[in-house]
Amino acid sequence: MSLFIQQIINGLILGGSYTLIALGLTMIYGILYIANFAHGGIYMLGAFASYFLLTLLGIGFFPAMIISMIGTAVLGVIIERIVFRPLATAPHANGFIAALGLFFVLEGMAAILWGHDYRTFPTVYPQIISFFGISLSLQRVLVIGVTVILIAILYFLIQKTTIGRTIRAVSQESRAAVLVGISANRVSAFTFAIGSALAAAAGTLLGPIFLVYPQMGNAPIVKAFVVIILGGMGSIPGAILGGFIVGIVESLGVTYISSTFMDLYAFIILIVILMFKPRGLMGK
Amino acid sequence: MMRWIWRTVIAIVAIAVPFIFTNEYYISVIILACIWALLSVSLNLIVGYTGQISIAHGAFFGIGAYTAALTMLKFGLSFWLALPLSGLIAAFFGLLVGYPALRLRGAYFAIASMCFGLAINVIITHWIDLTRGTMGLPGIPEPTPIGPLTFESLMAKYYLIVIFLFLTIFIINRIVDSRVGKSFIAICQNEALAESIGVNLMRYKVMAFAVGAFFAGIGGSLYAIFFGFISPEVSGLDISFNTLVFVIIGGAGTMVGPIFGAFFLTVLPEALQVLKELRMVIFGIILILTIIFLPKGLFPGIIPLWSKFIGRFKERKEP
Repeated sequence: MSLFIQQIINGLILGGSYTLIALGLTMIYGILYIANFAHGGIYMLGAFASYFLLTLLGIGFFPAMIISMIGTAVLGVIIERIVFRPLATAPHANGFIAALGLFFVLEGMAAILWGHDYRTFPTVYPQIISFFGISLSLQRVLVIGVTVILIAILYFLIQKTTIGRTIRAVSQESRAAVLVGISANRVSAFTFAIGSALAAAAGTLLGPIFLVYPQMGNAPIVKAFVVIILGGMGSIPGAILGGFIVGIVESLGVTYISSTFMDLYAFIILIVILMFKPRGLMGK
Repeated sequence: MMRWIWRTVIAIVAIAVPFIFTNEYYISVIILACIWALLSVSLNLIVGYTGQISIAHGAFFGIGAYTAALTMLKFGLSFWLALPLSGLIAAFFGLLVGYPALRLRGAYFAIASMCFGLAINVIITHWIDLTRGTMGLPGIPEPTPIGPLTFESLMAKYYLIVIFLFLTIFIINRIVDSRVGKSFIAICQNEALAESIGVNLMRYKVMAFAVGAFFAGIGGSLYAIFFGFISPEVSGLDISFNTLVFVIIGGAGTMVGPIFGAFFLTVLPEALQVLKELRMVIFGIILILTIIFLPKGLFPGIIPLWSKFIGRFKERKEP
C-alpha cells in the first residue's frame, strides 16, 4: 500500500512537471492556434540559462529561475514578433511548420554552442523528506510546490487582470475582441512571454532531476503535447488535468507493468481518450 | 512536347550519373537522395495533396526496413518477395493507425501521428528478442540476381533504386491525376465543401495515408539492402521530420517540389561538409524563411521568377 501511495505521489510530481510545460503550450494554442513545437527548445534554453547562472555566477536557485524566466519571456516576445506575426493570417499549419523550424534552430544552436555533454545541476536541495514510510527528495517536492504556485499566479493573471481578460476575450472570439479595441498583437506577444517563462520555470525545476543537454526538450515537449491533446488543446484546466493523469498513469505503469515501455503508456491513454472524445477531455 | 523533352533529359541524366560521378561517396549520397526523394513523393500524397500533416512517415519507413531485413534474415525470403511485403505491412499499419488518427484534424492529427511514430520507435528499440534493439541488424543480404543481373555493385544498386523512384513517381502521379486524386485535392482545399459534394472524407484520407505508407515501406526496404545494416534510428523522428521538411521546402502539392527538396537538402549539406548540428540550424532557417516568404515552397516559388526571366528575355528579343 505504501508503495502504491509513493507511486501516486511520484506520479503527481511527474504530472506537475508535464503540466508546467503544457500550460504555456496550451495558452499559445488557445490564442494563436499554433502547435508550438519550439516550446521544447525554450524549455531547454531556460534550463541552460539557470544552469549557467547557478554555476558561473553562483546565485541562488530561485533568483536564477526568475532571471531565466524573464530572459525566455523576452525571447518569446522576439520570436512572436519575428517568426509568428508574419504568419498570423496564414493557415495554422504554416505556424506549426515555422515552429518546427524554430525548434531545429534552437536545438542546433545549443548543440553548437554548448556541445553534447550531459550537465548536472549542482544539487541545491538534496534533503530527503520522509513521512508515513514515504520518502521524497526536496527537489521533487519543490517541483509540485512551484507548479501549484505558478498555476495560482497564472489563474490570478488570467481571471483578475485586464490583460488576462483580453487574453480570454481573444481566445473566445478573436474577431469580436479586435472589434472592441483589443490589440491582438499585444495579446499574442504577452501570451508568448508567459508561455515561454513557464517553460523556463519547468526547465529549471526539472534540470536537477534529469540532466541538462541540447536534446533535453524532445521527450518533455512530446509528453506536453500528449497532455494538451488529452485535456483539449487551448484549455488551461485541461492541461492541468491531463498533466496529472499522464504523470500518474506513467508512474503506476512503470511500477506495476514494465519500465522498458514507459513512453508507450501516455500514447495508449491518448488513443483511448481520443476514441471517445476526439477534442480531448475539456476541448472547446 | 516540352514535357517529353524534360522527361528525356531527366532519363539521360539519371542513366549518366554513375558515369559522371565515379567516386563511390558521391554515388552513395545520390542514392540516399533518391531514397529520400521516394519517401518525400509518397509523403506528399498525404501532406501536399490530401492536406494532412503526418509526422509518422519515418515509422512506416522503419517498419518497411525491419520487415524486409527480418524476413530476409530469419526466413531467408528473397528480396523480391520481401520488398512488396514490406510495403504491404507498412500499408497495413497505415490503415490500422489511419482509422482512429485521421478522425482528428489539423495539429491534433499531426501530434497523434508523431506519437504513433515514437511508439513504433520505442517498440523497435526495446523488442530486443526480435530486433536486437540498438545493436541493429547487420548482414542484410543483397537482392538475389535476376538472370544475369546482379546487385552487388554500387552502380547496380543505384539503378535499382532509381527505377523504384521513377516507378513511385509514376504511380503517385497517376493516382493524383485520377478521380481518387481529385477527391484528395478537394479534401485538401476545403474539407467541408468536399464532404458536401459527396466525398467520403475518412475513406479517402485513410486511402491516401495507407498508399503513402506503402511506398514509405518500399523505401525502407531499399534502404535496408543499400546499407546492409539497419538500427532503430531508421524508424526515428528525424526521418519523419526531414521528410516533412523536404516536402514543404520543395513545394507540397506539386510533383517536382518534394523531389527537388529531397535532392537539394540532401546534397547541399554534404557538399558544404557541415556538421549535423549546423545542418539542423540551416534546415530550420530555410524552413522558417520558406514558410513566411514562399509558403507554397521553393519550387513553385521559383517558377514565377523563372517565367518572368524568360518573359523578359523574349521581350528583348522580339523587337
